Amino acid sequence: MMLIPCPHCGPRVQEEFAYERTLDSVVRLDDGPVTAMSRLYTRANPRGEEIEIWSHVHGCGQWLRLRRDRVTHAISDVEAI
Amino acid sequence: MVRIASLAWSRYSALSLLRGAIGGHRHWGRAWRAAEPAPSYDVVVIGGGGHGLATAYYLAAEHGIRRVAVLERGWIGGGNTGRNTTIVRSNYRQPELQRLFEYSLKLWHGLSDELNYNTMFSPRGALFLGHSDADMMRLAERGDAMRAMGLDADLMSPDEVARLVPLLDMSKEARWPIFGGLIQRRGGTARHDAVAWGFARAADALGVDIIENCEVTGFLRDADRVTGVRTTRGDIVAGRTGICVAGNSGHVAGLAGIRLPIESHTLQAWVTEAVKPMIDTVVMSQTLHCYFSQSDKGGIVGGGDPDFFPSYAQRGAPIRLEESIAQAIALVPAFARLRILRTWAGVTDMSFDGSPIIGEMPLPGLYLNGGWCYGGFKATPGSGRLYAHLLATGESHPVAAPFDLARFAQGRTIDEAGAGPMPQNR
Repeated sequence: MMLIPCPHCGPRVQEEFAYERTLDSVVRLDDGPVTAMSRLYTRANPRGEEIEIWSHVHGCGQWLRLRRDRVTHAISDVEAI
Repeated sequence: MVRIASLAWSRYSALSLLRGAIGGHRHWGRAWRAAEPAPSYDVVVIGGGGHGLATAYYLAAEHGIRRVAVLERGWIGGGNTGRNTTIVRSNYRQPELQRLFEYSLKLWHGLSDELNYNTMFSPRGALFLGHSDADMMRLAERGDAMRAMGLDADLMSPDEVARLVPLLDMSKEARWPIFGGLIQRRGGTARHDAVAWGFARAADALGVDIIENCEVTGFLRDADRVTGVRTTRGDIVAGRTGICVAGNSGHVAGLAGIRLPIESHTLQAWVTEAVKPMIDTVVMSQTLHCYFSQSDKGGIVGGGDPDFFPSYAQRGAPIRLEESIAQAIALVPAFARLRILRTWAGVTDMSFDGSPIIGEMPLPGLYLNGGWCYGGFKATPGSGRLYAHLLATGESHPVAAPFDLARFAQGRTIDEAGAGPMPQNR
């Protein structure tokens, strides 16, 4: 089981949260077509740490930025967005 | 003469069984050699799962390329090949996917003979259930699309479904009432491990080196061109290098500095204790996302949704199992009496349109076969044969051509679910 430390609610089970996407895959308004395509359709998908956007959908609704290891599921950093 | 005789005895047959009965079955040799890596090969296939081994087999058998190595980080068939729910079918809606999976289904029907290895392929029928009028419309549409392509599909009334699977809860009060179904009778199941072992044995007999405990740690480069691989057992030079590591495609492509339209997600499955035959077809519900069948050993094997977030962990959240098992019990109440024997998880390559990728990579000499989402097992022979064609000729086979990597940038995605570039929403 993975516990995610919500800045408002404290540690809660992962099932209360929804994964959205990686931080680097958010398309910015001034991105050109090549960059936008890359953000929409490609991922680094590392076997290690990645910075991700989640939301506490079945809780307080807060959007979160997580630094999470995708093998161990260890979360080294959480920040409210 | 002795050599020819020993070759004849190494074929699996009633005759070799009979001979074993006389000699105490001591004449059986290893099914494949434990090969040492050579300094160079014509083709190096990274990944000793079903797809990689099939690729090597077809390279040797159909293209005459026998200087082939299959590099496997652990043991062959130890990844998703041994973790799936063994379902084989080609009942897709879109023509590109129909052609791809039908190409594979045709191969399944002759595979045991071709490999001289019993893959226990059992075309027991693959049934999709419908739980509403809207579901039945969708199934009818899918069936029509399949029949228009020459694939077998039969729409079934509730009575026909009840006769085929008598243990289904067909009552009006059922949690998910059953309005009918769509069956592909040529679909079914196969013994997943046997598929890996059969391809390994057949490829090895043609001279392919299967090298286990050999992890690829990087690529050899000559400017842009990939000229081989760095491994934990030394550098290996290759004419062409093929990645075939679905689940870990993102990691291996990352070693070459390439980002893929793939995210790795966990998918779980479960099996019950073995019981007498109770279900003799594959039952699936796309509305619920639950699917189950009974293995030849007697266990009910089932699965459900992936975990909805990226992970390489090969273990999943209990809630996904609970959902899938609850759905299975609601459909077949008799399952409530069974005990779960085992649950497990695999890491799937979730691609950004739900379809696989078979094609060249941006670096010359490097090729990719991956992105199979949670539907790779049924494609094993077809995927291997199409990938072998690509690795042997440098050109994509017409069936594989729509599945190139460039389709994402060019707006040619093949999105069966219409979910867009969000792998966790499939």
